[in-house]
Amino acid sequence: MENRNGLRCRECGRQFPAAPIHVCEFCFGPLEVDYRYDALKGVVTRASIEAGPPSMWRYKELLPIDGDVAVGHHVGFTPLIRAKNLADELGCREIWVKNDSVCHPTWSFKDRVVSVAVTKAREFGFDTVACASTGNLANSVAAHAAEGRLKSYIFIPADLEQGKVIATLVYDPTLVAVHGTYDEVNRLCSEIADKYRWAFVNVNFRPYYSEGSKSYGYEIVEQLGWKTPAHIVVPCAGGSLITKIWKAIKELKLLGLIDETSSAKMYAAQALGCGPIVTMIKNDTDVLVPVRPSTIAKSLAIGNPADGYYAYKTAKESGGSGEHATDEEIVEGMLLLARTEGIFTETAGGVTVAAAKKLIERGIIPRDESIVICITGNGLKTPDCLQDSLEAHVKIKPSLSAFDRALADLKSQTS
Amino acid sequence: MAVLVRIPTPLRTLTKGSAEIQAKGETVDSLIGDLERQYPGLKDRLLDESGELRRFINIYVNQEDIRFLQAKKTALKDGDEVSIVPAIAGG
Repeated sequence: MENRNGLRCRECGRQFPAAPIHVCEFCFGPLEVDYRYDALKGVVTRASIEAGPPSMWRYKELLPIDGDVAVGHHVGFTPLIRAKNLADELGCREIWVKNDSVCHPTWSFKDRVVSVAVTKAREFGFDTVACASTGNLANSVAAHAAEGRLKSYIFIPADLEQGKVIATLVYDPTLVAVHGTYDEVNRLCSEIADKYRWAFVNVNFRPYYSEGSKSYGYEIVEQLGWKTPAHIVVPCAGGSLITKIWKAIKELKLLGLIDETSSAKMYAAQALGCGPIVTMIKNDTDVLVPVRPSTIAKSLAIGNPADGYYAYKTAKESGGSGEHATDEEIVEGMLLLARTEGIFTETAGGVTVAAAKKLIERGIIPRDESIVICITGNGLKTPDCLQDSLEAHVKIKPSLSAFDRALADLKSQTS
Repeated sequence: MAVLVRIPTPLRTLTKGSAEIQAKGETVDSLIGDLERQYPGLKDRLLDESGELRRFINIYVNQEDIRFLQAKKTALKDGDEVSIVPAIAGG
């Protein structure tokens, strides 16, 4: 606790005690955990981190946890992969894929935020956790609530992909499907959170929850040998992840763990059918215009992103930019990553790969500099969107001659 | 026009703890004026120095974000429900 002062309004700077609150009651700005970096400097070192467990908890001192980790002990420290084949395909020197499609236990980066939020819910004495979700968060809250023996209420848009519904229900939460968009689910949950004393991970627990995303950024830097890449392309829904990766880099500089001149240009990736943050970046305005989402990338389908303003500022401050991807480009992005690197990501990953490709092709990201592509979710959750793009496999009788004929046919088709 | 206004927790110190209040207004703008008359100080919490709605507040009329309607000029009718909701994170 001596590492933190409580909460602080990101806009007006007013201080608040560490409590399950998320909004400044004076200016409505978001509250953030207020660390005492002077007390952490010299205590958190490269060596102390490297001596920690192979999970996000190697950075526990930089996360808002008071006691022991309650759930999700094995979350994070996912592979950072040198994507040589993808780099060859895109004509680039150095591409890395930070692969949270294999994050334990629910196959998305949301495990990072949820393990912090659920641990914090236990610390504050809550017996019920809840969330509004586009899918990945639902999976993760339900799983970690099960592990922590807490009740959970999960609110989702009723049209969510079946894979994400099943991968939530299996943990036995109370799942509430709402006829509406995610933004409508979110508004409803804000009102429910005001009425019921639950730990809504992305409402009243947002200051703690969102800090978990920093671990994604710390890992990129540590896994590159305590160096920042030149460019980081990040999928944006609510806009929190990109701001927290940027915050992670700034914190590592403050703590003297990386060179003071270290930086990375941050790029926002969004679907064309729901890209209000990238639109802000392209129009260079800090005013967010909400949209009604229409995209296959449902996990990014947030038309009124709460951190849109900060995501825009991150891209601008870091010298980065942003790019939209059409539904066709999203599918192509998924197939490209699978074909070149053997990584099957969900639609959000398709958005990120597609946006990175366009930024490279447009010369915004130079081909001879290091690029990290943030892959945050698993393709097995959203296979439906690929059904029309994948060719049927060869069907034959169990005879060698049948196979010979099929093979000859295939070869004649491709020649 | 008499409408029901839902007040989020951070503003309830100004409404003596009330979560729902009755107020009047032809538009969202004039509704905010009536809220200020009933609960002095509320307007400053909702609007910034230039009179614009603060960045992190969303106002809904019958569940619709007023930015999809006519923003502060959105007309109100008797029985409408207005929600004041702080921005919340994604999922």
